[in-house]
Amino acid sequence: MAGTSIPTEAGLLRRHLMLSRSASRLQRLGALAARGALLLVTCSSVFAVIFIFLFIFRDALPFFGLRGFAEVFTDTAWYPSAEPASFGALAIFFGSGIVTLGAVVVAVPLGVAAAVCLSDVLPFSVRQFAKPVIEMLAAIPSVAYGFFALVVLAPLLQEKGGVVLSVGACLAGAPLGLLAVVVLSDLLTSRLPDPSRPVVRLVLMGGLCAAGFYGLTQLVQLLLRLPIHSGTNALNVSVILGIMALPTVVSVSEDALHAVGRELREASYALGATRAETLVKVVIPAARSGILAAVVLGVMRAVGETMVVWMASGNAAQIPRPWFNVLEPIRTLTATIAGEMGEADHVTGSARYHVLFALALCLLLICFVCNLLGEWAVRRSKARLR
Amino acid sequence: MKRSTLRTVILLAVASAFALAVQTRGVHAQESTAGSTKIVVDGSTTVGPIAKAFAEHYMGLHPEVNITVSESGSGNGAKSLINGVCDVADMSRFMKEREFKAAVEKGVMPVAHVVAMDGLPIIVHPSNPVKALTVQQVRDIYTGKITNWREVGGPNVRIVKISRDTNSGTYETFAKLIMKKEKIAPDTEHVGSNGAVRQRVQSTPAAIGYAGLGFVDRTVKALGINGVYPDRESVRSGRYPIARPLFMFTDGYPALGTRLHAFVTLHLSPKGQEIIEDIGFVPVTDY
Repeated sequence: MAGTSIPTEAGLLRRHLMLSRSASRLQRLGALAARGALLLVTCSSVFAVIFIFLFIFRDALPFFGLRGFAEVFTDTAWYPSAEPASFGALAIFFGSGIVTLGAVVVAVPLGVAAAVCLSDVLPFSVRQFAKPVIEMLAAIPSVAYGFFALVVLAPLLQEKGGVVLSVGACLAGAPLGLLAVVVLSDLLTSRLPDPSRPVVRLVLMGGLCAAGFYGLTQLVQLLLRLPIHSGTNALNVSVILGIMALPTVVSVSEDALHAVGRELREASYALGATRAETLVKVVIPAARSGILAAVVLGVMRAVGETMVVWMASGNAAQIPRPWFNVLEPIRTLTATIAGEMGEADHVTGSARYHVLFALALCLLLICFVCNLLGEWAVRRSKARLR
Repeated sequence: MKRSTLRTVILLAVASAFALAVQTRGVHAQESTAGSTKIVVDGSTTVGPIAKAFAEHYMGLHPEVNITVSESGSGNGAKSLINGVCDVADMSRFMKEREFKAAVEKGVMPVAHVVAMDGLPIIVHPSNPVKALTVQQVRDIYTGKITNWREVGGPNVRIVKISRDTNSGTYETFAKLIMKKEKIAPDTEHVGSNGAVRQRVQSTPAAIGYAGLGFVDRTVKALGINGVYPDRESVRSGRYPIARPLFMFTDGYPALGTRLHAFVTLHLSPKGQEIIEDIGFVPVTDY
């Protein structure tokens, strides 16, 4: 009898970890209850997502019933409290879009460069110190960023906007220009016969450098003359949102670069590639999906951010002229929802109330698609590396 | 042994749940019979701070009284009073005709108590040489007809227009008294609080904005409107054009000596006036 009850190793692995047979009925009941409770806790977050979708849908649909689809997505006149009211949210969608684009322009080159630097260039001890510091940026509450944007950055942009822009242009332009010069001169001289190549390349580099420098000074002079009427504008918010998205971008893409592995790098070096070639041609392409995931996560951070844009974007529901003029105030979806909710009368079920849910629904869908995209990219990068 | 402890625990839990249920029912019963120790205030977000400060002051003197103040907007305040859900409706505008009709049909007789006056100074940066504007000029600035300070006697810079968000009573007053039926230009910046308006104006030389009377200090300059500068006297007398009364509505005049009566007449006492001035509004009476 004792012999038959000894389970095999495979049987042990297949069996769940369960109470022994001698457990009393009460103990079994207790175990069942505990398992049920844990399942409920786990499911609650799933239910939360489903209910959020459901309730936003429920309150958004009446709006489309009342006002149709065309006005919200094609008109720019946003006067929800006027009589008669108009709910043209095109400018608001545009505002969210341009702020997000700006944040990506700030965060992605900076973040990916920092990630490459952390994973492949800097010594390990520096990385161990620098990465947590960068990740600390994510711990700063968004209202602190908003306060900084409103009280420090906005007046600075108004008073010394030209100088700030020029410094920014130089900081971004100089390394980019140098990189372009090196790559361009390499490309142009690669067909030349061997003995004359270094000389021609040096001359070409010098010339291109001079041209680049001249271009930069022209740009600075243009920027110095640029009038900035209001410091609370799309540029201000883009920069701040970019900084806020930075830790996500750095952290996720650094992880991806790290996961590429030593073997690939060693193989590349063994083939005679330099460190730059290894980075650009081997490591970064191998980590492409992970970097894409980092970008998508950064975009989500920027799209969903409310406090900073509510405080520092100016909240003017307009499409600037020309459209890429980031020195004009704009208004985003999140700020609109946050700012209008208090007065919107939910008792009478007015269009003014439901339009906010319609906007929230659009925002939710955008974030949902982004999330799926990021998830897909992460999964693909993992599959590729395996 | 183990079983018995578990059983005891379950028994205790059930018992305490019962006890809780009985207790809450008891509290409800008490509320419905002794309603006078509880005053429910609902309505305007502009009048809300006054009601809150009054409630704090009154509850400090009479700890047995429980006053709850909600800020759901003037319209909702009126609705609550009509439906008998609240005792006092805060309103930053007078009741509309249809609200009166609905009230009378339900047997509610709204009585207005004017608790304070609200003035809305138009503010600019202290370095701005412009000293006064007309209501028409302010309206033209906000509709986008006037875009440069040069057009109203200032320097040659573009005007940066700051407005409160459409959420606020301040915005409603501005829209009603200045804009009339016209729409504010889309390039107007909207900010979330009176303090933020002042912050933006004091850091932006080309800005124009409006904020409550209590928010005007030395860091910004209040403009004369139609030749009148905003202060307590000009707001109370109505000479300053952007001013309005703030109301509390009750169902009939409260019986004298009741706590409700004391609450809605607090603004007539010296302490009430002090509170109103502290919040930045103008008291209707003067001691």
